Amino acid sequence: MVSLNSYLILGAILFSIGAVGVFTRRNVLIIYMCIELMLNAVNLTFLSFSKFLNDMNGHVFVFMIMTVAAAEAAVGLAIIISLFRNKATINVDDINLSKG
Amino acid sequence: MQLLMFYIFGLGAVLSATLMVTNIKPVTAAMNLVLTMFFLAGIYVLLDAHLLAALQIIVYAGAVMVLFLFVILLLNVHEKEGATSRRKVMIQFGSVAIVGSLFITMATLAEIDPSLIKAGDVANPFGTTKAVGRLLFTDFLLPFEVASFLLLAAIVGAVILAKRRIDDSK
Repeated sequence: MVSLNSYLILGAILFSIGAVGVFTRRNVLIIYMCIELMLNAVNLTFLSFSKFLNDMNGHVFVFMIMTVAAAEAAVGLAIIISLFRNKATINVDDINLSKG
Repeated sequence: MQLLMFYIFGLGAVLSATLMVTNIKPVTAAMNLVLTMFFLAGIYVLLDAHLLAALQIIVYAGAVMVLFLFVILLLNVHEKEGATSRRKVMIQFGSVAIVGSLFITMATLAEIDPSLIKAGDVANPFGTTKAVGRLLFTDFLLPFEVASFLLLAAIVGAVILAKRRIDDSK
Protein backbone atom coordinates (compact mmCIF):
# COMPACT_ATOMS: atom_id res chain seq x y z
CA MET A 1 0.00 0.00 0.00
CA VAL A 2 1.45 3.32 -1.09
CA SER A 3 1.07 6.08 1.49
CA LEU A 4 -0.58 9.43 0.86
CA ASN A 5 2.72 11.21 1.40
CA SER A 6 4.45 9.39 -1.47
CA TYR A 7 1.78 10.59 -3.89
CA LEU A 8 2.00 14.14 -2.52
CA ILE A 9 5.81 14.11 -2.79
CA LEU A 10 5.57 12.95 -6.41
CA GLY A 11 3.13 15.81 -7.10
CA ALA A 12 5.45 18.34 -5.45
CA ILE A 13 8.45 17.11 -7.45
CA LEU A 14 6.57 17.31 -10.76
CA PHE A 15 5.26 20.79 -9.90
CA SER A 16 8.79 21.99 -9.09
CA ILE A 17 10.16 20.58 -12.35
CA GLY A 18 7.44 22.48 -14.19
CA ALA A 19 8.26 25.68 -12.30
CA VAL A 20 11.97 25.34 -13.13
CA GLY A 21 11.00 24.99 -16.79
CA VAL A 22 8.81 28.10 -16.73
CA PHE A 23 11.59 30.16 -15.18
CA THR A 24 14.61 28.94 -17.12
CA ARG A 25 13.29 28.26 -20.64
CA ARG A 26 12.80 31.06 -23.14
CA ASN A 27 10.74 29.23 -25.76
CA VAL A 28 7.03 30.08 -25.39
CA LEU A 29 5.88 26.62 -26.48
CA ILE A 30 8.03 24.85 -23.90
CA ILE A 31 6.87 27.28 -21.20
CA TYR A 32 3.33 26.30 -22.13
CA MET A 33 4.16 22.60 -21.83
CA CYS A 34 5.64 23.25 -18.39
CA ILE A 35 2.39 24.94 -17.32
CA GLU A 36 0.51 21.82 -18.45
CA LEU A 37 2.89 19.72 -16.37
CA MET A 38 2.20 21.89 -13.30
CA LEU A 39 -1.56 21.51 -13.82
CA ASN A 40 -1.08 17.75 -13.97
CA ALA A 41 0.86 17.77 -10.71
CA VAL A 42 -2.06 19.58 -9.06
CA ASN A 43 -4.45 16.99 -10.51
CA LEU A 44 -2.36 14.25 -8.95
CA THR A 45 -2.59 15.96 -5.54
CA PHE A 46 -6.37 16.31 -5.86
CA LEU A 47 -6.78 12.66 -6.80
CA SER A 48 -4.59 11.38 -3.98
CA PHE A 49 -6.50 13.36 -1.36
CA SER A 50 -9.72 12.20 -2.98
CA LYS A 51 -8.65 8.58 -2.67
CA PHE A 52 -7.44 8.80 0.90
CA LEU A 53 -10.47 10.78 2.13
CA ASN A 54 -12.75 8.40 0.19
CA ASP A 55 -14.48 11.51 -1.20
CA MET A 56 -15.34 11.68 -4.90
CA ASN A 57 -15.57 15.48 -5.09
CA GLY A 58 -11.88 15.67 -5.96
CA HIS A 59 -12.60 13.82 -9.21
CA VAL A 60 -15.02 16.57 -10.25
CA PHE A 61 -12.34 19.17 -9.53
CA VAL A 62 -9.85 17.30 -11.71
CA PHE A 63 -12.49 17.09 -14.45
CA MET A 64 -12.88 20.88 -14.32
CA ILE A 65 -9.11 21.45 -14.33
CA MET A 66 -8.83 19.30 -17.46
CA THR A 67 -11.55 21.39 -19.14
CA VAL A 68 -9.83 24.62 -18.23
CA ALA A 69 -6.46 23.27 -19.40
CA ALA A 70 -7.90 22.31 -22.78
CA ALA A 71 -9.51 25.74 -23.18
CA GLU A 72 -6.31 27.44 -22.05
CA ALA A 73 -4.20 25.45 -24.51
CA ALA A 74 -6.51 26.33 -27.42
CA VAL A 75 -6.62 30.06 -26.68
CA GLY A 76 -2.95 30.28 -25.67
CA LEU A 77 -1.73 28.56 -28.81
CA ALA A 78 -3.94 30.87 -30.91
CA ILE A 79 -2.30 33.83 -29.17
CA ILE A 80 1.14 32.36 -29.87
CA ILE A 81 0.27 31.97 -33.57
CA SER A 82 -0.92 35.56 -33.92
CA LEU A 83 2.13 36.80 -31.96
CA PHE A 84 4.41 34.82 -34.27
CA ARG A 85 2.71 36.43 -37.27
CA ASN A 86 3.44 39.89 -35.92
CA LYS A 87 6.91 39.46 -34.42
CA ALA A 88 8.29 36.32 -36.13
CA THR A 89 9.73 35.03 -32.86
CA ILE A 90 8.64 32.78 -30.01
CA ASN A 91 11.39 33.81 -27.64
CA VAL A 92 9.81 35.45 -24.61
CA ASP A 93 12.73 37.85 -24.21
CA ASP A 94 11.94 39.40 -27.60
CA ILE A 95 8.24 39.77 -26.86
CA ASN A 96 7.97 42.88 -24.72
CA LEU A 97 4.95 44.68 -26.15
CA SER A 98 3.81 46.19 -22.85
CA LYS A 99 7.24 47.46 -21.86
CA GLY A 100 6.50 50.93 -23.30
CA MET B 1 2.93 -4.97 -6.31
CA GLN B 2 1.22 -1.60 -5.93
CA LEU B 3 4.39 -0.12 -4.47
CA LEU B 4 6.46 -1.49 -7.35
CA MET B 5 4.05 0.00 -9.91
CA PHE B 6 4.10 3.32 -8.03
CA TYR B 7 7.89 3.45 -8.21
CA ILE B 8 7.98 2.52 -11.90
CA PHE B 9 5.35 5.10 -12.88
CA GLY B 10 6.67 7.77 -10.51
CA LEU B 11 10.30 7.46 -11.59
CA GLY B 12 9.21 7.36 -15.23
CA ALA B 13 7.13 10.51 -14.81
CA VAL B 14 9.91 12.42 -13.05
CA LEU B 15 12.50 11.26 -15.60
CA SER B 16 10.44 12.19 -18.65
CA ALA B 17 9.45 15.53 -17.09
CA THR B 18 13.13 16.33 -16.51
CA LEU B 19 13.90 15.37 -20.10
CA MET B 20 11.09 17.65 -21.27
CA VAL B 21 12.41 20.64 -19.37
CA THR B 22 16.02 20.14 -20.46
CA ASN B 23 15.40 19.37 -24.13
CA ILE B 24 16.19 21.97 -26.77
CA LYS B 25 13.85 20.76 -29.53
CA PRO B 26 10.15 21.54 -28.96
CA VAL B 27 9.04 18.30 -30.67
CA THR B 28 11.17 16.12 -28.39
CA ALA B 29 9.91 18.08 -25.39
CA ALA B 30 6.31 17.51 -26.51
CA MET B 31 6.92 13.78 -26.90
CA ASN B 32 8.42 13.59 -23.42
CA LEU B 33 5.39 15.42 -22.07
CA VAL B 34 3.13 12.80 -23.71
CA LEU B 35 5.20 10.13 -21.96
CA THR B 36 4.75 11.97 -18.64
CA MET B 37 0.98 12.05 -19.22
CA PHE B 38 0.95 8.29 -19.79
CA PHE B 39 2.90 7.60 -16.60
CA LEU B 40 0.55 9.91 -14.68
CA ALA B 41 -2.43 8.03 -16.12
CA GLY B 42 -0.89 4.88 -14.65
CA ILE B 43 -0.64 6.60 -11.27
CA TYR B 44 -4.31 7.65 -11.56
CA VAL B 45 -5.24 3.99 -12.06
CA LEU B 46 -3.35 3.17 -8.85
CA LEU B 47 -5.49 5.85 -7.17
CA ASP B 48 -8.71 4.13 -8.39
CA ALA B 49 -9.53 7.02 -10.74
CA HIS B 50 -10.26 4.89 -13.80
CA LEU B 51 -12.38 7.42 -15.69
CA LEU B 52 -9.88 10.21 -15.18
CA ALA B 53 -6.99 7.97 -16.25
CA ALA B 54 -8.81 7.35 -19.54
CA LEU B 55 -9.62 11.05 -19.88
CA GLN B 56 -6.00 11.93 -19.17
CA ILE B 57 -4.87 9.86 -22.14
CA ILE B 58 -7.69 10.94 -24.46
CA VAL B 59 -7.79 14.66 -23.62
CA TYR B 60 -4.20 15.45 -22.66
CA ALA B 61 -2.02 12.97 -24.50
CA GLY B 62 -4.46 12.94 -27.41
CA ALA B 63 -6.13 16.28 -28.03
CA VAL B 64 -3.98 18.87 -26.26
CA MET B 65 -0.64 17.46 -27.35
CA VAL B 66 -1.80 17.10 -30.96
CA LEU B 67 -2.69 20.78 -30.82
CA PHE B 68 0.80 21.51 -29.53
CA LEU B 69 2.42 19.46 -32.28
CA PHE B 70 0.33 21.22 -34.92
CA VAL B 71 1.44 24.62 -33.65
CA ILE B 72 5.08 23.50 -33.57
CA LEU B 73 4.65 22.34 -37.17
CA LEU B 74 2.95 25.59 -38.23
CA LEU B 75 5.53 27.86 -36.65
CA ASN B 76 8.54 25.78 -37.78
CA VAL B 77 11.00 27.91 -35.85
CA HIS B 78 14.70 27.31 -36.22
CA GLU B 79 15.98 29.94 -33.87
CA LYS B 80 18.53 29.28 -31.21
CA GLU B 81 17.30 29.76 -27.72
CA GLY B 82 19.07 32.81 -26.36
CA ALA B 83 21.15 31.78 -23.40
CA THR B 84 20.02 33.43 -20.20
CA SER B 85 22.97 34.66 -18.16
CA ARG B 86 24.31 31.98 -15.89
CA ARG B 87 23.86 34.01 -12.74
CA LYS B 88 20.19 34.67 -13.48
CA VAL B 89 19.57 30.96 -14.12
CA MET B 90 21.32 30.09 -10.86
CA ILE B 91 19.19 32.58 -8.88
CA GLN B 92 15.97 31.34 -10.47
CA PHE B 93 16.93 27.71 -10.06
CA GLY B 94 17.91 28.29 -6.44
CA SER B 95 14.66 30.03 -5.53
CA VAL B 96 12.57 27.35 -7.23
CA ALA B 97 14.61 24.68 -5.43
CA ILE B 98 13.94 26.35 -2.07
CA VAL B 99 10.19 26.61 -2.72
CA GLY B 100 10.17 23.07 -4.10
CA SER B 101 11.86 21.62 -1.03
CA LEU B 102 9.30 23.51 1.08
CA PHE B 103 6.54 21.78 -0.94
CA ILE B 104 8.18 18.40 -0.47
CA THR B 105 8.57 18.95 3.28
CA MET B 106 4.89 19.90 3.48
CA ALA B 107 3.98 16.78 1.48
CA THR B 108 6.04 14.63 3.83
CA LEU B 109 4.35 16.06 6.92
CA ALA B 110 0.78 16.01 5.56
CA GLU B 111 -1.66 13.90 7.53
CA ILE B 112 -5.35 13.18 7.20
CA ASP B 113 -7.76 13.75 10.01
CA PRO B 114 -9.55 10.35 10.30
CA SER B 115 -12.85 12.03 11.17
CA LEU B 116 -12.96 13.55 7.66
CA ILE B 117 -12.90 10.19 5.88
CA LYS B 118 -16.26 9.51 4.29
CA ALA B 119 -18.06 6.19 4.28
CA GLY B 120 -18.04 4.44 0.92
CA ASP B 121 -21.14 4.19 -1.25
CA VAL B 122 -21.80 0.52 -1.95
CA ALA B 123 -24.02 1.11 -5.01
CA ASN B 124 -21.48 3.39 -6.74
CA PRO B 125 -17.93 2.13 -6.13
CA PHE B 126 -15.17 4.70 -5.83
CA GLY B 127 -13.79 6.20 -9.04
CA THR B 128 -15.95 4.37 -11.57
CA THR B 129 -17.49 6.17 -14.54
CA LYS B 130 -20.93 5.63 -13.04
CA ALA B 131 -20.03 7.30 -9.75
CA VAL B 132 -18.27 10.29 -11.36
CA GLY B 133 -21.13 10.71 -13.84
CA ARG B 134 -23.70 10.63 -11.05
CA LEU B 135 -21.80 13.36 -9.19
CA LEU B 136 -21.46 15.49 -12.33
CA PHE B 137 -25.16 15.30 -13.15
CA THR B 138 -26.50 15.82 -9.63
CA ASP B 139 -24.35 17.77 -7.18
CA PHE B 140 -22.19 19.51 -9.76
CA LEU B 141 -24.67 20.12 -12.59
CA LEU B 142 -24.11 23.88 -12.73
CA PRO B 143 -20.28 23.70 -12.90
CA PHE B 144 -20.66 21.03 -15.58
CA GLU B 145 -22.82 23.34 -17.72
CA VAL B 146 -20.49 26.27 -17.06
CA ALA B 147 -17.61 24.11 -18.33
CA SER B 148 -19.46 23.61 -21.61
CA PHE B 149 -19.84 27.39 -21.96
CA LEU B 150 -16.15 27.81 -21.19
CA LEU B 151 -15.26 25.41 -24.00
CA LEU B 152 -17.57 27.23 -26.39
CA ALA B 153 -15.96 30.57 -25.49
CA ALA B 154 -12.51 29.02 -25.97
CA ILE B 155 -13.44 27.73 -29.45
CA VAL B 156 -14.72 31.15 -30.53
CA GLY B 157 -11.72 32.90 -28.98
CA ALA B 158 -9.20 30.59 -30.63
CA VAL B 159 -10.79 31.03 -34.08
CA ILE B 160 -10.94 34.81 -33.77
CA LEU B 161 -7.38 35.08 -32.47
CA ALA B 162 -5.74 32.75 -34.96
CA LYS B 163 -7.59 33.54 -38.18
CA ARG B 164 -5.83 35.71 -40.72
CA ARG B 165 -7.79 38.89 -41.23
CA ILE B 166 -8.52 39.80 -44.84
CA ASP B 167 -8.15 43.56 -44.51
CA ASP B 168 -4.69 43.56 -42.89
CA SER B 169 -2.97 41.04 -45.17
CA LYS B 170 -1.11 43.70 -47.14
